[in-house]
Amino acid sequence: MTGPHTMIELQQLCRSFQIGDQCVHALDHIDLQIKRGEYLSVMGPSGSGKSTLLNMLGLLDMPSAGEYLLNKTATSQLGEEGRATLRREHIGFVFQSYHLIPRLTARENIELPLILAGIAPKQRKPLIDEVITRLALTDRAAHAPNQLSGGQRQRVATGRAIIMKPQLLLADEPTGNLDSASGREVIELLEELNDEGITLLVVTHDQNIGDRARRKLKMIDGRIASDSVTNSVATSTAL
Amino acid sequence: MRAADLIAFNLRLIERQRLRSALLLSAIAISVMAINLLTGIGEGGKQFVLGEFNLLGKNVLIMLPGKKETTGAIPPLTGEATRDITLRDAEAIARLGNVSAVAPLIAGKMEISHGTLSREAFTIGSNRAFFEIRQLEVAHGKALPQLPFEQSQAVCAIGSKLRKELFGTKPALGQWLRAGDSRFRVVGILKDKGEGLGFDMNEAIIVPVANAQALFNQEGLFRVFIELRSLDGLQKTQQRILALLKERHEGEEDVTIITQDSLLSAFENILNTLTLAVAGIAGISMLVAGILIMNVSLIAVSQRTREIGLLKALGCPARTVALIFLSEASIMALNGALLGILISELLLYVARGFYPTIPFTTPFWAQFGSALIATITALLFAAIPAQKAANMTPVDALLDKKAGQA
Repeated sequence: MTGPHTMIELQQLCRSFQIGDQCVHALDHIDLQIKRGEYLSVMGPSGSGKSTLLNMLGLLDMPSAGEYLLNKTATSQLGEEGRATLRREHIGFVFQSYHLIPRLTARENIELPLILAGIAPKQRKPLIDEVITRLALTDRAAHAPNQLSGGQRQRVATGRAIIMKPQLLLADEPTGNLDSASGREVIELLEELNDEGITLLVVTHDQNIGDRARRKLKMIDGRIASDSVTNSVATSTAL
Repeated sequence: MRAADLIAFNLRLIERQRLRSALLLSAIAISVMAINLLTGIGEGGKQFVLGEFNLLGKNVLIMLPGKKETTGAIPPLTGEATRDITLRDAEAIARLGNVSAVAPLIAGKMEISHGTLSREAFTIGSNRAFFEIRQLEVAHGKALPQLPFEQSQAVCAIGSKLRKELFGTKPALGQWLRAGDSRFRVVGILKDKGEGLGFDMNEAIIVPVANAQALFNQEGLFRVFIELRSLDGLQKTQQRILALLKERHEGEEDVTIITQDSLLSAFENILNTLTLAVAGIAGISMLVAGILIMNVSLIAVSQRTREIGLLKALGCPARTVALIFLSEASIMALNGALLGILISELLLYVARGFYPTIPFTTPFWAQFGSALIATITALLFAAIPAQKAANMTPVDALLDKKAGQA
């Protein structure tokens, strides 16, 4: 069941919230395996548990029951510090609302993970320069987020997500606040990164975006209702 | 996170929130300034008063008529005499072994005139030893001549201000002036020295004690200053003087002897208490500043919830999140403290310009202590909000919908 390329494995994972007297099962006994380099989309109606799944995979949230193995490490055993280290080293996030720090320039926003990781300024510079060039943000680097377009902001956020060279890129409605042209631009960027080997998981409402992924998860009421792989080539390379 | 990056990150934040930072900075600066100014004034006052008493040497005893039971408070400065201290008593004391000099004192206000000019002046009847004991220097002429206690001579020394008021620009030495019914020849003019023990020597006139007895029609002495050869036998000499006076006053101990030390320590106690009380008041302002820091930090935490969520998503450990908030508070506190100390030093400098005789200076312990207290207060009050931020789960912080979107 668990192959050598398996990066993520969820075993009977549950996440429930107590709302008043009612217990809501946002994730209901999920079993899921994701191999390194896969490109997944997660779709489903509001409240189906897509975002909860993404937060769980990103170690932003703790399961109520079950186990999450990231690179064969049982994450439920880890404390918040250990989870923070895994996030820092392995996981990049792209959010719908960008989550850029308004007082910092585009360049400084991209630099932030390096600063938090305690990397010396001298070593930071070439890494940032590379990402900025890669994202075609060279002439916007000194601008504050509120001087950038939505698409540019999401490119900055993507730059920040990949600066630490993570294995897993989690995107929660990355195009949700963008017009279709900017949205396409951003999704193409994410796909390029996936082509280079990063594991990409996109949570989206947009059927067109969702259909681009090689593996499509559909969630309903906290369960994975369907898990379909359209492109057999992709799966075979992953295997 | 590197220290330099942490500081840069916080400075960005402080710069971005100028108004909030300025308010917080001024609150800290004002409370630090209050501590420094108040202790500076308190210390200045204390040094001034102690300096006044130090005009008398440590080896000088002051004897006053009357006996009062004291309970450790200030010694009785106004004794009610049952029996006068006479010049003969003073002479007897002067003959004691360890006594090097005795200055009897009679004092009062007296109308002094020269020609058509006259004014009421503080008139002191004493002797040559008084000049030495009170460390009075003569600018022109000489001090009172060495005379036996009971011998009068129509000479006087006057303060510089009194000289100016009575003689104007004309020479005063050798001139006669009138005090009450007597005439005195001016033999000395005192050096400008300012106040001492509440007497303004610049406005005083000093005549031989026997003349003063006649002037005031009073035999009893107001004070006797007794200078000792050495401090070693101070207690013993004090006892011997008391015994001598008891013997001379028919077995009744009716004088009080106070030492420099007892006076000083009594005053020092009072002044220290005053300084502490004043510092306590300033401490309250520090508490107010601390609560302000806490409120501002709590607001900052709730405003920056999404940022905290982001930092956590980026793998920032809880302690770094706490550190960001704590270091911001301590940067503000240190800068505020520095500003407060600078302003208070400036104000004390100006105050010294206006009142050069009072040494307004903030002691180092107050400066260091106020900066330390400010920083500790800031850290203590920022600790709760910082902990609150650190303990947020990443997903809850990220999903905070209150803040605007960037």
